[in-house]
Amino acid sequence: MSTTKKTLHSLRHRWTALRNAGSMLALGAGAWVSAAAQQVKDLPGGPAVNQLNFAPPATRIAEEQHWLHWFMMGICAVIFVVVFGVMFYSILKHRKSVGHKAQALPEPIWVELGWTIVPLLIVIGMALPATKVLVAQKDTTNADVTIKAVGMQWKWGYEYLKGEGEGINFLSTLDNSHRVMSSSGKPEATDDYLLKVDNPLVVPVGKKIRIITTANDVIHAWMVPAFGVKQDAIPGFVRDTWFRAEKVGDFYGQCAELCGKEHAYMPIHVKVLSAEDYSAWVAAEQKKLAAKADDPSKVWNLADLVKRGESVYAANCQACHQANGKGAGPIKPLDGSALVVDADKAKIINVLLNGQNNGAMPAWKQLSDTELAAVMTYAKNSWSNKTEQIIQPAEVLAARK
Amino acid sequence: MSAVLDHHDAHGHDHDHHAPTGWRRWVFATNHKDIGTLYLLFSFTMLMIGGLLALGIRAELFQPGLQLVNPQLFNQLTTMHGLIMVFGAIMPAFVGFANWMLPLQIGASDMAFARMNNFSFWLMIPAAIMLVASFFMPGGAPAAGWTLYAPLTLQMGPSMDAGIFAMHILGASSIMGSINIIVTILNMRAPGMTLMKMPMFCWTWLITAYLLIAVMPVLAGAITMTLTDRHFGTSFFNPAGGGHPEVYIMILPAFGIVSQVVPAFARKKLFGYASMVYATGSIAILSFVVWAHHMFTTGMPVTGQLFFMYSTMLIAVPTGVKIFNWIATMWKGSMTFETPMMWAVGFIFVFTIGGFTGLILSVAPIDIQMQDTYYVVAHFHYVLVAGSLFAMFSGIYYWLPKWTGVMYSETRGKIHFWWSMISFNITFFPMHFLGLAGMPRRYADYPMQFADFNAIASVGAFAFGFAQVYFFVAVIIPAMRGKGQPAPQKPWDGAEGLEWEVPSPAPFHTFENPPKLDATATKVIG
Repeated sequence: MSTTKKTLHSLRHRWTALRNAGSMLALGAGAWVSAAAQQVKDLPGGPAVNQLNFAPPATRIAEEQHWLHWFMMGICAVIFVVVFGVMFYSILKHRKSVGHKAQALPEPIWVELGWTIVPLLIVIGMALPATKVLVAQKDTTNADVTIKAVGMQWKWGYEYLKGEGEGINFLSTLDNSHRVMSSSGKPEATDDYLLKVDNPLVVPVGKKIRIITTANDVIHAWMVPAFGVKQDAIPGFVRDTWFRAEKVGDFYGQCAELCGKEHAYMPIHVKVLSAEDYSAWVAAEQKKLAAKADDPSKVWNLADLVKRGESVYAANCQACHQANGKGAGPIKPLDGSALVVDADKAKIINVLLNGQNNGAMPAWKQLSDTELAAVMTYAKNSWSNKTEQIIQPAEVLAARK
Repeated sequence: MSAVLDHHDAHGHDHDHHAPTGWRRWVFATNHKDIGTLYLLFSFTMLMIGGLLALGIRAELFQPGLQLVNPQLFNQLTTMHGLIMVFGAIMPAFVGFANWMLPLQIGASDMAFARMNNFSFWLMIPAAIMLVASFFMPGGAPAAGWTLYAPLTLQMGPSMDAGIFAMHILGASSIMGSINIIVTILNMRAPGMTLMKMPMFCWTWLITAYLLIAVMPVLAGAITMTLTDRHFGTSFFNPAGGGHPEVYIMILPAFGIVSQVVPAFARKKLFGYASMVYATGSIAILSFVVWAHHMFTTGMPVTGQLFFMYSTMLIAVPTGVKIFNWIATMWKGSMTFETPMMWAVGFIFVFTIGGFTGLILSVAPIDIQMQDTYYVVAHFHYVLVAGSLFAMFSGIYYWLPKWTGVMYSETRGKIHFWWSMISFNITFFPMHFLGLAGMPRRYADYPMQFADFNAIASVGAFAFGFAQVYFFVAVIIPAMRGKGQPAPQKPWDGAEGLEWEVPSPAPFHTFENPPKLDATATKVIG
């Protein structure tokens, strides 16, 4: 293991030199090749700079996949050398320019049979170990912790359904500063660029974690390369996958199924903790949940609700509607919108609960009554909207059916 | 229309063989050679448009961060690049080859249904305009991936409808083209041209045409359901991913072209002709049962995954047989390496790499890691660009003297080959690494660790794009203007087949009376 690491390391050094030279050559102005990207370092649990193979495995399944991949690569390499050895030998020797005369070959049936049967046997030889891994990979029974991952445009929602931590649920969104950096066109060198989330998924080490996937709007896919896991999250369907992390640490992945414009901006960050740390996290999280559980019957004043709404807006709405509420392109502006300032609050509540325009504006019913009330009140009283209207959480609760 | 009828009346009376001239020659074209030319020029235009979109993608991905396009436009670029390349460039180009070469190769005077042939070409023009114009519709072009993922399609603007309608028209055009090809091959062969004496290109197209007829209605049905889901609130698509058997349709005629070029330049007969026919048939049949290998991550049951894994791996066997047969054809030959042969050998080399990555992808446990990453992007560009496109270049250089009556410049052909070959690999080889490292496809921006390989791929892509512009300016335009050495009737001394029995350029009408063929059905004897 350590020797392979060393070789890889030296390879990488050589590669870095080559890459610098290459980019200088390719562009004449090497500095322009994202000077920022040049200072980026490997992200443990995430991608490494110019990584050439799968991520270092953190589960048995991922290890098996590595092995299978090398196994397949080995066989393919041998076939490649043999087949093209023959072809290039023929190209060199059997050419007219060296005076070779064409000779018809006999076409005995055993030749054709042979090169049908031998590849068939090779393929069967490949299929056997693959079958073993596949069956293990699909066995999601006897999980210690079951977590539901819900794909939404464009974030992940996690609900701990069973096992230690049951009842915990939260949303996991890309750090907004990364989205801003991306739009600026000049992101700074950041090791976890586009991979940093506000709330990582936390799991205990060495326990079988079953991930149930589904989606609210369109198909997403939940992927963590170091775990060897990728599962589509399909609206209206429930699918599952599993992993058992062998070491503590942070592991990263991204949404792997085209899900609309912010597809590149819904990363997955899994924090693997030791059993004790995990228990401590669960206890703290449950305390927080209890404290945070907003009482939907609480009556808020305008200033507090707008303040709360601002953070809800930043986390959920800003990516499309923009910080200034003006929207962009097909995204409708909120600033000055007739619907937003309408005295009939039922209209805006309906849009947030059920979505609009076939889901171009998605439904937000997964947010709490207080969050929804806060963000609507914020929109009604921000930018040029000065309605002084308050939507109380109880009104949202009443509008839910 | 009346002009055509009038012309034909006159034709009937005075037995005059002059060709129609001016715009009428093209708009009312019923001659297979003219329609073949139209198809080829159309597909090259679409190749350039699709290529421009690809360069838009690569320019954006040159470095991390969004510099040129927003993510919505980026999704439009990837979607439209796929749709235009598959349905606008590759498919019509092969139909163009079929139009030009099938009647010449089987000794027929024309395609069986000459007017339907005209119709199926001209149908593609409004479809293509609609597809390209969708960029200028409110909300922009479709952005739901070229496989049109439901229910993402529900969130698209009106351009999605335009896109679906365009696909319907293209599908209708493909079906008409396929019927025409099947009827031509089955009914219009010259006496003595038995099925098992047909050139391989005819065989691969015969099988492809059957595949197309089987597949197109399914595709049309699926996109119609998408349409009614969007407008009438039906919910046919409780989504379960998308299969696309199109990919095999796009490679079989390429096999056919290579199977003609390799023997011609090895100066030998194609090794294992019969097994080549059977292998093509096997690939076609297997292609019906492998469709779900694109869906390993959708969560189908383990038995389903096993079935599709086995059947997909199995397709490697007949594909392998083809490669072995080509190499056996080269073995002990007397090879020369004019441009068509360079492209054919290049095809075998890079297509095999694409075949290997396909085999690796077919292994479901590994595919879990690679599905929807750049590894898949690398794989299908090795199969479709290096496979289909390189085979077509081989075919173009091979038959261009027959089509235009002049030889292309061998130097320019070689420049085009090496330039394309090298830049193609610079573009797509690094994508294997990106995919292994887990970079998802269809991403407008990416973690910075992926920056260098993306930069390399972008540089390669621009070089590859310019190589094709060079090809058009330095090879195609001179050939169409008749510049160059006059081509002999048979410019390749190892070539066999009836197309070399007519003068270069091929006259407007050929084989008006069924030719008398020798025993091998490769020569006209009376």
